[in-house]
Amino acid sequence: MKPAQPHFGALRCVLPLAAAMLATAGCVTINIYFPAAAAEKAADKIIDEVWQDQSRDGAKAAPTPTPAPAKK
Amino acid sequence: MRYPKLIALMLLLVAASAFAQANLEVNTPAVAAIKASMQARHAQLTASYDSGAVGLTRDGNVAVRDPALVPLPQRGQVTTLVAQENADRASLYKEIAKANNKPEWEGDIRNTFAQRWIEKAHPGWYYQSASGTWTRK
Repeated sequence: MKPAQPHFGALRCVLPLAAAMLATAGCVTINIYFPAAAAEKAADKIIDEVWQDQSRDGAKAAPTPTPAPAKK
Repeated sequence: MRYPKLIALMLLLVAASAFAQANLEVNTPAVAAIKASMQARHAQLTASYDSGAVGLTRDGNVAVRDPALVPLPQRGQVTTLVAQENADRASLYKEIAKANNKPEWEGDIRNTFAQRWIEKAHPGWYYQSASGTWTRK
C-alpha cells in the first residue's frame, strides 16, 4: 500500500493559474486608487482655463518681437 | 516552481497596468459648462483677489477675507459672487468624480484642487495656510 504522498504535482499546476488570477484581479483593483499625479495635472489645466493664465509648458507665449536693428 | 518567468511577467504586467491606468477624466459637457461659468465670474472677482478682499481657502473654496476692502456699494455683489463661485466649485469637484464613475473621489478631487488653486495664485493674493491663517502670496 502506497504511503500518502503530498500532491506537490497538483500545486505546481495550480500555481501559474493562481498567479494569472491574481494578476487579473490586480489589474481591476488598481483603479480604486485615486490618481493623484494625473489629478494634479488635470486641475492645473482647468485652473489655467478658468483664470485665463498661461500654463508653464506648451504655452502659447506672446512672441518676443525681434529687435529692430535700425536706429535713428 | 514551474514557469518562474511566466509568473514574473504577470507581476510585471500588474505593475505596468498600475502606471498605465493612472488617469483622470475631466472632459464632459457638465464640466465644460462649469468651467465657462467660473471663467466668466473670474473677470468680476479678479479685483477682489488683487485687493485681498477675497482669498482662497484651504478646502478648495473662496471666502471674503476682509469685507472692509470691498467698496460699500459692491459689498453685496461680491458676497453673492463668492457664494456662486463656491457653488460652482462644489459642482466641479462632484462632476469630475462623476465623470470617472467614482463619487467617492470627490473629497480627493477637492483636496487636489485646494492645493493647486493656492499654488497657482497670483502674487499678492491671499490664501489660507494649513493652520487656517490668511497668508499673502
